[in-house]
Amino acid sequence: MEQYSSKVMEHFAQPHNVGEIENADGVGTVGNPVCGDVMRLYIKVDNNIITDAKFKTFGCGAAIATSSMVTDLVKGKTLTEALAISNAAVAEALGGLPKVKMHCSVLAEEALKSALDDYYKKQGKPSPVKLSADAGHEHEME
Amino acid sequence: MRNVYLDHAATTPVHPKVLEAMLPYFSGKFGNPSNLHDIGREAKNAVEEARVRTAALINARPDEIFFTSSGSESNNFALKGLVQANSQKGKHIIVSQIEHFSVLHPVKTLEKSGYTVTYLPTDKQGLVAPDDVAKAITKETVLVSIMHANNEIGTIEPIEEISRITKEKGVLFHTDAVATTGWVPVDVKVLGVDALSLSGHQFYGPKGAAALFVRKGVRIKPQIEGGVQEDGRRAGTENVPALVGLGKAAELALAEIPNRMSYLAPLRDRLQKGLTDKIDHLVINGHPTRRLPNNLNLSLWYVEGESMLLFLNMEGISVSSGSACTSRSLKSSHVLTCIGTDAAVANGTLLLSLGMGNSADDIEYVIEKLPPIVKRLREMSPLYEDMIKQKKNV
Repeated sequence: MEQYSSKVMEHFAQPHNVGEIENADGVGTVGNPVCGDVMRLYIKVDNNIITDAKFKTFGCGAAIATSSMVTDLVKGKTLTEALAISNAAVAEALGGLPKVKMHCSVLAEEALKSALDDYYKKQGKPSPVKLSADAGHEHEME
Repeated sequence: MRNVYLDHAATTPVHPKVLEAMLPYFSGKFGNPSNLHDIGREAKNAVEEARVRTAALINARPDEIFFTSSGSESNNFALKGLVQANSQKGKHIIVSQIEHFSVLHPVKTLEKSGYTVTYLPTDKQGLVAPDDVAKAITKETVLVSIMHANNEIGTIEPIEEISRITKEKGVLFHTDAVATTGWVPVDVKVLGVDALSLSGHQFYGPKGAAALFVRKGVRIKPQIEGGVQEDGRRAGTENVPALVGLGKAAELALAEIPNRMSYLAPLRDRLQKGLTDKIDHLVINGHPTRRLPNNLNLSLWYVEGESMLLFLNMEGISVSSGSACTSRSLKSSHVLTCIGTDAAVANGTLLLSLGMGNSADDIEYVIEKLPPIVKRLREMSPLYEDMIKQKKNV
């Protein structure tokens, strides 16, 4: 397997924003333990701004690092800005990911989208979020 | 920082005495064994001495040993070579589902070219039932291949019982003994097999040197052609230094196997007990007694194997993981699937394989370092959180 970048190892060894937010405004859980990764992302929203984000992740080094990075990226962003965060942006901020681990960044994007979707639903507002059916599991097979 | 290498199932360091035996054959005694001059004969003699030593380790005759480059090559050679040379008997092959890919993949290739294959399941501890082998044999069966011990979970298969069946039915029997050779007694006469694969770097020999034992009188079709080496069964100039190393490693193993077993099994048992005492939701994979003395394979609920592996690595501890995430295919181990390990739990699997370089202090170090890693990852795991919440609700 390709090696992880030093940025990935940094975020894996000392992940930022681990934990849960009590009474979060939005929570999203994506992934499947069978495939080896499950991410749960919590957001706190104040005045259309994401004031806090935390995560819990079951997964490999890349899954934990992308969770850490996506929660970092989303803090202080408006809801619209948060929706625009792509998996590529997460991977890039981590100095790249090994090819077989790109799905982890997809999962991070989907976890964020799922949390945003949950936020809109809790607010009783129509959700502008498009969720994919099988987030991040276009696994490369042998 | 302490360095604890617990990945001997992946490879072992070359023993200093093995290295010493090899060194003269790189530059000084560099000859090609096929040449008749003194320089060539010197190399030839070294290869033949290695053959005698390798044969002695498994109680075979030297002319029953065919050197190859790897355990994978030996398995490919055995499966394809035995089947192709004996296909007049029939086109049916029997293997277990937990064989190494270097058995399963050649078998799949043979399947595509018109052979039929029975893939036998195992029980939850990884044992193949001899009775299942007996039932699977038909008039068409040409070869049975069941590994001596599984490289992941360490379960030692009932090879002697299976060979009684294959002999009675007149079917060839190959065993992949790459995981066992050098660690437990491997005797081709006791096992009763017609062919057996072994690999040097698995027991303190160098990489690039392995062998296939083929019982005298059994026909096998060469897979590498174009030279008279290895009695015409495997062409290519011999890797002389590596084969000398294999021979030396075999000689050392023959003398040391009882010591290795009596040193490693208690160390492994201490590791198992230390970890099970400190970590809950932990499953030991493989057979409790019929198991390689240096093997510990465990699945930990709610944590993923690769992250454990990486954190252990930061503490100087080297292990392997059976998780989907560490494999290129992103599929969890076919062995764990076969023994019925829940797919989610399989992703939290670690393989710890001990060696003679591990001390009792090393084991205590691992028992100290792994539990906090598991605790930290579980605190980070949504699956663990869900389990705790469910428990509270019940």
